[in-house]
Amino acid sequence: MTGSDIIFYLLATLCVVFALLSVTTRHIFRAAIYLLFTLIGIAGIYFWLQYEFIAAVQIVVYVGGIVVLIIFSIFLTQQTGEQLPKQKLDRKIFAALVVFAGFALTMVQIYQHTFIETDEIAITPTVENIGKKMLAVDSGGYALPFEVISILLLAALIGCIVIALREKKNIEPQIQDDTEEHKGIV
Amino acid sequence: MEPGLYHILFLSTALFFIGVYGFLTRRNLITMLMSIELILNSVNLNFIAFNKYLWPNQMDGLFFTLFIIAIAAAEAAVAIAIIINLYRSHNSIDVENAEDLKY
Repeated sequence: MTGSDIIFYLLATLCVVFALLSVTTRHIFRAAIYLLFTLIGIAGIYFWLQYEFIAAVQIVVYVGGIVVLIIFSIFLTQQTGEQLPKQKLDRKIFAALVVFAGFALTMVQIYQHTFIETDEIAITPTVENIGKKMLAVDSGGYALPFEVISILLLAALIGCIVIALREKKNIEPQIQDDTEEHKGIV
Repeated sequence: MEPGLYHILFLSTALFFIGVYGFLTRRNLITMLMSIELILNSVNLNFIAFNKYLWPNQMDGLFFTLFIIAIAAAEAAVAIAIIINLYRSHNSIDVENAEDLKY
């Protein structure tokens, strides 16, 4: 067992253990922190696979963006020090059964299947190669999905502002009625 | 035993079903969102593993992962905007209390 193997097993154990803690803890803030460690572990696995760019994106977007967003929303919506209510035992047992059955089924399928590798020369996923492919307009290029994603991000940005906008109180009764009606429909 | 494709597939399957477990048992919207993030991450790991071990001459899996990460970020932002709006009107982010959304 080489050092590289040991690092992989350590990272995999870290991911699974913290993911389990994240979905079972009753402190919501701790759940967010455990999720953070899981995401860092997955970024480590990307580094281990030598996909450095994806690992960097994972750290920047997930660890730096989404988890911080989640922590802020916890601060906005949760009383500090309050635990989540206890879950019903029958729901837990049912979920565990479903999950074990699904896991077993998937693993049986994976181990019965033989994957065929290609013999062609590998491309190293350097930032240069990724950038060229990302903006290529010929066949096999990703310029169109790139543009679609930018439209999607713009739509999400505007959507977030519209949804989370606090309605102004005490302006005019007419406007207040309109917003109330609007809220009812939405 | 040297880690290969099957080890990563095992890891991503485990993460996926841990996420499903969290999604089925949790009743708080933010923790459900965290479970969804776990599921999305396991899918990303799968794409990268297939790209690395089966088709290293292409970069399709890598681009799928990049786009999934972008969509996940947008999705998380919209979901949290909805959650905060729900908290303002209902003073709770428990799914049981959000039942009147369907009327």
